[in-house]
Amino acid sequence: MTTASSPLNGFPDRVPPAEVEDVELYHAKSWITRWVFSQDAKIIGIQYATTATAIGLVALVLSWLMRLQLGFPGTFDFITPAEYYQFITMHGMIMVVYLLTALFLGGFGNYLIPLMVGARDMVFPYMNMLSYWIYLLAVLVLVASFFAPGGPTGAGWTLYPPQAILSGTPGGTGSGIILMLVSLILFIIGFTMGGLNYVITVLQARARGMTLMRMPLTVWGIFTATVMALLAFPALFVSAVMMLFDMLLGTSFFMPALVEMGELAKHEGGSPLLFQHLFWFFGHPEVYIVALPAFGIVSDLISVHARRNIFGYRMMVWAIVIIGALSFIVWAHHMYVSGMNPWFGFFFATTTLIIAVPTAIKVYNWLLTLWRGDIHLTVPMLFALAFIVTFVNGGLTGLFLGNVVVDVPLSDTMFVVAHFHMVMGVAPIFVIFGAIYHWYPKITGRMLNEAMGQIHFWVSFLGAYLIFFPMHYLGLIGVPRRYHELGPTSFIPESAATLNAFITIVALIVGAAQMLFLFNLAWSIRHGRPSGPNPWRAASLEWQTPETPPGHGNWGDTLPVVHRWAYDYNVPGAAEDFIPQTVPPSDTAATGEHR
Amino acid sequence: MEAIAPHAQNAAPPRPGGLHGFVLDWAADQRVFKGVSWGKAMMWIFLLSDTFVFGCFLLGYMTMRMSTTEPWPNASEVFALEIFGTHMPLILIAIMTFVLISSSGTMAMAVNAAYRRDRRLTATLMIVTALFGATFVGMQAFEWSKLISEGVRPWGNPWGAAQFGSAFFMITGFHGTHVTIGVIFLLIVARKVWRGDYDSGRRGFFTSRSGRYEIVEITGLYWHFVDLVWVFIFALFYLW
Repeated sequence: MTTASSPLNGFPDRVPPAEVEDVELYHAKSWITRWVFSQDAKIIGIQYATTATAIGLVALVLSWLMRLQLGFPGTFDFITPAEYYQFITMHGMIMVVYLLTALFLGGFGNYLIPLMVGARDMVFPYMNMLSYWIYLLAVLVLVASFFAPGGPTGAGWTLYPPQAILSGTPGGTGSGIILMLVSLILFIIGFTMGGLNYVITVLQARARGMTLMRMPLTVWGIFTATVMALLAFPALFVSAVMMLFDMLLGTSFFMPALVEMGELAKHEGGSPLLFQHLFWFFGHPEVYIVALPAFGIVSDLISVHARRNIFGYRMMVWAIVIIGALSFIVWAHHMYVSGMNPWFGFFFATTTLIIAVPTAIKVYNWLLTLWRGDIHLTVPMLFALAFIVTFVNGGLTGLFLGNVVVDVPLSDTMFVVAHFHMVMGVAPIFVIFGAIYHWYPKITGRMLNEAMGQIHFWVSFLGAYLIFFPMHYLGLIGVPRRYHELGPTSFIPESAATLNAFITIVALIVGAAQMLFLFNLAWSIRHGRPSGPNPWRAASLEWQTPETPPGHGNWGDTLPVVHRWAYDYNVPGAAEDFIPQTVPPSDTAATGEHR
Repeated sequence: MEAIAPHAQNAAPPRPGGLHGFVLDWAADQRVFKGVSWGKAMMWIFLLSDTFVFGCFLLGYMTMRMSTTEPWPNASEVFALEIFGTHMPLILIAIMTFVLISSSGTMAMAVNAAYRRDRRLTATLMIVTALFGATFVGMQAFEWSKLISEGVRPWGNPWGAAQFGSAFFMITGFHGTHVTIGVIFLLIVARKVWRGDYDSGRRGFFTSRSGRYEIVEITGLYWHFVDLVWVFIFALFYLW
């Protein structure tokens, strides 16, 4: 028991003795086991991130094709209505599941959790490795559906039955929908293997002195999101299995009796509503599975780059946990137009609006962290600030759509598209960009190019607003979503077409800016300015590794001992404007916060 | 049971119980669940996740059963057997349930033997448990083939709602898969116990980590869970 009390400030260094023996690390013996079938969480994280980015590029190209069709209808003959639906479906599913979920939890989770809590690796490295390879398999199955006869499924990312497996839907009776469902099942199996690792590493493998309430909010966000994913993905798993049986075995879980192409279909007595409930019991927590890691990461970015401790740390933690819990009882707000008892609508509208309270607490705390801070407008900070703006914007339209009477007329219009792209598309992606600019120096030892970063930021930020802000207006005047071509209507003015063309041009420019970002990632590995171990002068544990990039086992010979929270910035009386988590109270003249 | 998780016995001071102890554990560093190994904690979290899988299956089944337009077949008649001229409703299911519950008993005894480092007894009891499990799966196969021969299919059956067959094959099939995986897992661990892997510190083929006798208890957790799920399937599918 090290109870050396400091003569300087009277705070004893209370660090309990080690409870967990140092782990047996897997030591790679060959190039293959070191870099390919790696059991090192850092390599697995990079593998996850690379794969997610690659499949995300496919989804980006799909969004260009959709925008080309919407902006200049009739110009591009090769985009048929069927293909347009396929593009919508694959764009949505890839972005939500295979890019955002995999990148936040598999990518950042793997890389950051062991480093931030002071562990040598994830607790079960072999299972962690399997998690990545099953994820890769899921992605390959998904990609295979593009080349399947009939193409990928065009059922919309929600895959609503009965239309998802009927012949009128692209890929509905071929292998498109089957490959989609198999890929989802594989993704869930792979994710479960990784997710168990993340949860147990946070709960059971922290460094000495690292209490839960000293963890950086990044870890809190990823941890809570992973717990939610472990409880929400089962619903998607079950609905995917049931729909696969409806498709392959001719069962009628979700399929009612109906007439298909003039003939009575083989199904009878199933409930399409059951699918919607199962899907959204997964689908709504999924929104927060993506948002909570973003909340956590953005808190850390703001604190580091504004050189201030995060305002209301404890409330930030509890807000994350409460949002996570509440998100399990709001799912039917996606189903207002599906028909339900008005009392249920009342219940789900109420719970939906209640979520705004902890979310607003977080937004206020970010602003109060910035208030009178020493704000450095670095690229990560710019992206963090952009997140707050876009998230508040998308969150406010969420309040519109959470109300039944407002949702019903706005449902299935471009307003909904604008809302969810703002809140769970643009906002989390900005956090991902900010996080990459922030942690790239730790991963590679070099800074990303600042000039390219500034161009990337301004084009992406202004462009995202120019794309999605007008869409609210399009939705309000009644432009429907998921339409291949509007055609003549009595209520949509000609100017909507002009606006659509404008949005398309901006979308292409924003897309080009992402190519610049990818080039920056590759270019800076060799040509970036050497960063040193802690270029942002950050206090959290991952910047205190003995090597940069962190070596095998992360911490050299001895595990770190944590003495304080991750947010000791500009502590009065301290020699520097930050105090790393590993500095004991007796080593600094400061009387900072010792939580 | 003093010998649980020997690595966790680093002379920690006694911890208070009750709500105070709960708060202290969650406020402590390093670990939330004191004295609980990574493997055991992971199995518990996995079982929580798996509970949601079975929960969704069973809730989906109940929703279908309530919303379907055709009458639901009478389970006690469907699952009845003629034995020596006597008509016995649900007799096979009763035997299956008895076998599975018994296997939980032998599993618990195996865990006890493992912590007493009685290798032979542990391995024997685990093999007995696996045999019970295999018997259960075998009887399930008999039940499936009987129903199939009577005309029950995933897409329909002679007695009423088509969802009866769909839900039956899906839920019992998914549970039977769990039992089968458990049997395979039990046999693998029994072999390692018999060979003395957990005394010699022999490293796992894939993981390159040496195992501990605790794996018997972790296997047991999974086995008891599968058993518990069966109780719910029994109550909600067969007795309802």
